[in-house]
Amino acid sequence: MGRHLPCGADALTEYFALVDCNNFYASCERVFQPKLRGQPVVILSNNDGCVIARSNEAKALGIEMGAPWHQHKKQFEELGVIVRSSNYTLYGDMSARVMKTLRQFSPNLEVYSIDEAFLSFDGFDSRMESQARDLRATVYQWTGIPVSVGIAPTKTLAKIANRAAKKNPASGGVYILMDSTEQEDLLGQLKLEDVWGIARRLSRRLNEVGITTPLELRQADAHFIRERFGVVIERIVLELRGQSCLELDEVPSNRKSLVSSRSFGRSVTTLQELREAVSTYASRATEKMRRQNLATASLIVFVETNPFRKQDKQYKASQNIRLPLASSDTGRITAASLTSLEAVWKPNHNYKKAGVMLLDLVPSTKVASTLFDAPDSISSQSRMKAIDAINRHFGRDTVILGSSRIKPKGTLRREMLSPCYSTDWNKLARVG
Amino acid sequence: MRTLIDPQIIPLTPSPIRASVPMATSSVAAGFPSPADDYLERPLDFNELLIQNPAATFAVRIAGESMTGAGLFPNDIAVVNRSLPPKNGSIVMALVDGEFTIKRYRVRGATIWLQAENPKYEDILIKEGSAFEIWGVICHAVRML
Repeated sequence: MGRHLPCGADALTEYFALVDCNNFYASCERVFQPKLRGQPVVILSNNDGCVIARSNEAKALGIEMGAPWHQHKKQFEELGVIVRSSNYTLYGDMSARVMKTLRQFSPNLEVYSIDEAFLSFDGFDSRMESQARDLRATVYQWTGIPVSVGIAPTKTLAKIANRAAKKNPASGGVYILMDSTEQEDLLGQLKLEDVWGIARRLSRRLNEVGITTPLELRQADAHFIRERFGVVIERIVLELRGQSCLELDEVPSNRKSLVSSRSFGRSVTTLQELREAVSTYASRATEKMRRQNLATASLIVFVETNPFRKQDKQYKASQNIRLPLASSDTGRITAASLTSLEAVWKPNHNYKKAGVMLLDLVPSTKVASTLFDAPDSISSQSRMKAIDAINRHFGRDTVILGSSRIKPKGTLRREMLSPCYSTDWNKLARVG
Repeated sequence: MRTLIDPQIIPLTPSPIRASVPMATSSVAAGFPSPADDYLERPLDFNELLIQNPAATFAVRIAGESMTGAGLFPNDIAVVNRSLPPKNGSIVMALVDGEFTIKRYRVRGATIWLQAENPKYEDILIKEGSAFEIWGVICHAVRML
């Protein structure tokens, strides 16, 4: 998109609805286990590490996201919290059902994450609310998943409207944010970080120029914001004003870094196993980066042992490496990651975790060649596009690089896993 | 929630179960088109037969004998469609006081009860104020012989 392209230039009225599943993972568990309804439920991350999702009842008990399971096990038992290992097979299937249901309501749909989708609605102001309520009721009826709907003239405001739908029980799960005064009211009550695309660091920088609320950001001078913070943030300003700048499938990408890492299910000692894991993380992170049309010339590989195993020799290290030129080619990034791994790896340690962090992300179109180095070639770029498309369509890891393994070895710890009720013939619910 | 997902094990679109029986086939003789080609139809698709609305269709296994009179036997697979509105006489999977049950849905005036199809089992009268919900309507069952 050109720098000076006016946003919202065409007069055609288009509205965005953000549909977000309420406490999605907990809701999926409840569809087949009605006893979990009304109970505090938490879902643990891979390897039963920490809390990654909570039901409203669990939130009300003050259970925090990221709370480590092994530290809170006793407390959860005392509070009567029901704990489940994450069952991504179940959540993935339920997500696909929700998205399929949403397509009944608009052919223009962007699946934004496993539990969120943007829909575009054209015209029909008067019918918008009833349509949104119908959508909500249908998704619940068909799939058993409760959703909230926020509707606004821009994606950024639709996110805010959705939040309002969730927070105000009186809304009945649908919030329409069209009126300018109402937008200002709501924006004045929120924090900057509540706005889509504004992270804590950016909000601190905005504070420095006297912008402390989303309302002040909306009222800020767009040119000043562009000069000072760049075109991405300028777009957020315009979006907050109701001028649509982000179409479906566009996200505000102001990411400066990206990380892909994971704890192993068991201790890993050999370099070969670490190489496989790091290759996998490097290709994941690179794929995420490509999705936002970004590239990097700098990355860090880190490894660490398990600090809770006091009997083990402890070691924790990271190694930064620079590429001659920014790249988004999985081959180049993986090769650099493996070089970096070899520098940090030390034998005779029990490793618990490894990861790859991509730093200083730049738009991939802005990478220029130097005397000695050429940017990613067109053929590399189209090869990567093809791999991404295949993996999106047929499932992750259909096509991978030779050095990565399909699943990092080490069996996943999932002690409280519910059955895959909706995808496995042998795990169907038994009903009398 | 986005960043917390490990996408590696999310089969967002599980491959549909496909079973097919060809209705008409002909071997191709070189030179001459088969006279049957004009009559070739798509093979039978059991999904088409059993699943009217994929997003809303689930399967459960029958675990009791209360519905044998309606042809539902233990270990049969019942196909549950959540998008159909239940009518008087529909076989439904219902939720009564937190427990799933499969029965025939009966409604007369303001009275709702769940009728068993086996004289050894009693009907369940839905009392006012009790936790009752219809989870889905059962239109098909599959039995492995």
